[in-house]
Amino acid sequence: MEILWLLIPMSVFLVLVMGGIFWWSVRSGQFDDLDGPAYRILADDDTPSPESTAKNASDIEKSEK
Amino acid sequence: MAVIWGIVGLLVGLVISLQLLWPAFNFDLPWLTYGRLRPLHTNAIIFAFGGCALIGTSYYIVQRTCQTRLFASGLAAFTFWGWQLVILLAALSLVFGFTSGKEYAELEWPIDLLIAVVWVSYAIVFFGTIAKRRTPHIYVANWFYGGMILAIALLHIVNSAEIPVTLFKSYSAYSGVQDAMVQWWYGHNAVGFFLTAGFLGMMYYFVPKQAGRPIYSYRLSVVHFWALIFTYMWAGPHHLLYTALPDWAQTLGMIFSVILLAPSWGGMINGIMTMSGAWHRLRDDPILKFLIVALSFYGMSTFEGPALSVKTINALSHYTDWTIGHVHSGALGWVGFITMGSLYYLIPRLYGRTEMWSTKLINTHFWVATIGIVLYVAALWIAGVMQGLMWRAVNDDGTLTYTYIQSVKASMPFYMIRLVGGVLYFLGMLLMFYNMIKTIGQGKSVDVAVPMASAPAHA
Repeated sequence: MEILWLLIPMSVFLVLVMGGIFWWSVRSGQFDDLDGPAYRILADDDTPSPESTAKNASDIEKSEK
Repeated sequence: MAVIWGIVGLLVGLVISLQLLWPAFNFDLPWLTYGRLRPLHTNAIIFAFGGCALIGTSYYIVQRTCQTRLFASGLAAFTFWGWQLVILLAALSLVFGFTSGKEYAELEWPIDLLIAVVWVSYAIVFFGTIAKRRTPHIYVANWFYGGMILAIALLHIVNSAEIPVTLFKSYSAYSGVQDAMVQWWYGHNAVGFFLTAGFLGMMYYFVPKQAGRPIYSYRLSVVHFWALIFTYMWAGPHHLLYTALPDWAQTLGMIFSVILLAPSWGGMINGIMTMSGAWHRLRDDPILKFLIVALSFYGMSTFEGPALSVKTINALSHYTDWTIGHVHSGALGWVGFITMGSLYYLIPRLYGRTEMWSTKLINTHFWVATIGIVLYVAALWIAGVMQGLMWRAVNDDGTLTYTYIQSVKASMPFYMIRLVGGVLYFLGMLLMFYNMIKTIGQGKSVDVAVPMASAPAHA
């Protein structure tokens, strides 16, 4: 099982890398606000803009949403 | 393209399930034999259907949530065309019998190199876009996609290490049980990162968007991500229980597989609870039905997976069609449905419309496909348990009660039911294709201004 000498150090190394990224993400405040982001993607309105469809049609479509 | 490759992949799957019933369906042509079409089927579903869906949705999500354009859009176009080229080469080379013989990594070394180049470009585009984001926070879906991209790069490069002999033939750099261990370290993590983490990224964006509600617990989704990626890497040995692999490695794989149940169910509950307060919308929104049933299948197969990896259960289930049933409840139910739901959300928005051409047709698709999966999975559960029991049945004098061929004959009716299930699922996919063509025909491709950017390639 010499292969484990490759796979285990590699997996441990990977865990260390992930730990590093985790540490960075906590330190840099990625997880300070754990409620806002969930709402922020909803605030992003991705219904097609008026110029891409007929002007009136888009208003009707928006009210249908 | 995901839809088209989905149809191709399913069609090949149907042909080989026909061949299991009537071997004559290979028409005595070498390039249509089961051994060549089976890897074509798995590669088409995982890398063509799944890959296109992942790359396409990740480009869309990363642009919307980072509120910026793609980094190096030319390179992004290259990832699209490069990936299509990989798929085309894969289809040709597998049919003509070029294979390295490693499951889910059958492609020969020139294609492996091309995959590596395309994948690294994908990573550059994705992480480049995150680096130039205009929002301080990186949305959780991007974490899942990012984890997937990094892990797949590593897995592919290590597992595909091979020594070329000619242009079309190479041998793995590892041998014997070493090779088996690397293969399943790769194989299981391909499931874990490609088919789970990537599609969870999709889930964490499209479920809240379609439901119009924030994710039930954003905190839980972050925990879900970190717990999943810290544990998944170690579960591979459960594919090699009762083999030449050292016993402690088998046990380690089993333990980590069972641990995985916790983050998986945390994520599943998180997704489903996002619907709380909006359950009534399931009545008339077929896209939500797709997404929620996908999560249910995610929950079921992540319960079944740890169960099957327990040695006692594995002794019965290993090498039977139970495993095939498990894979298909994950692939058709989770991966397929979450992708369909997401694409039904995405396609109209890319073409300046608010909804698909026909919502009724989505609903029909949903029911046809759901019945198809249930038939498929239930048939293989029964067949698998029956095979396991028949193989281990022993007479009083110690001889086997059944010959192998008797278990094959007994499985035939279930293969028939499975074929019907597969046909239904395939028909559903055709409905989706028709609906997509009609939707695209009505609208025109939009290129919305930054920061509200839409994805460039309709992958």
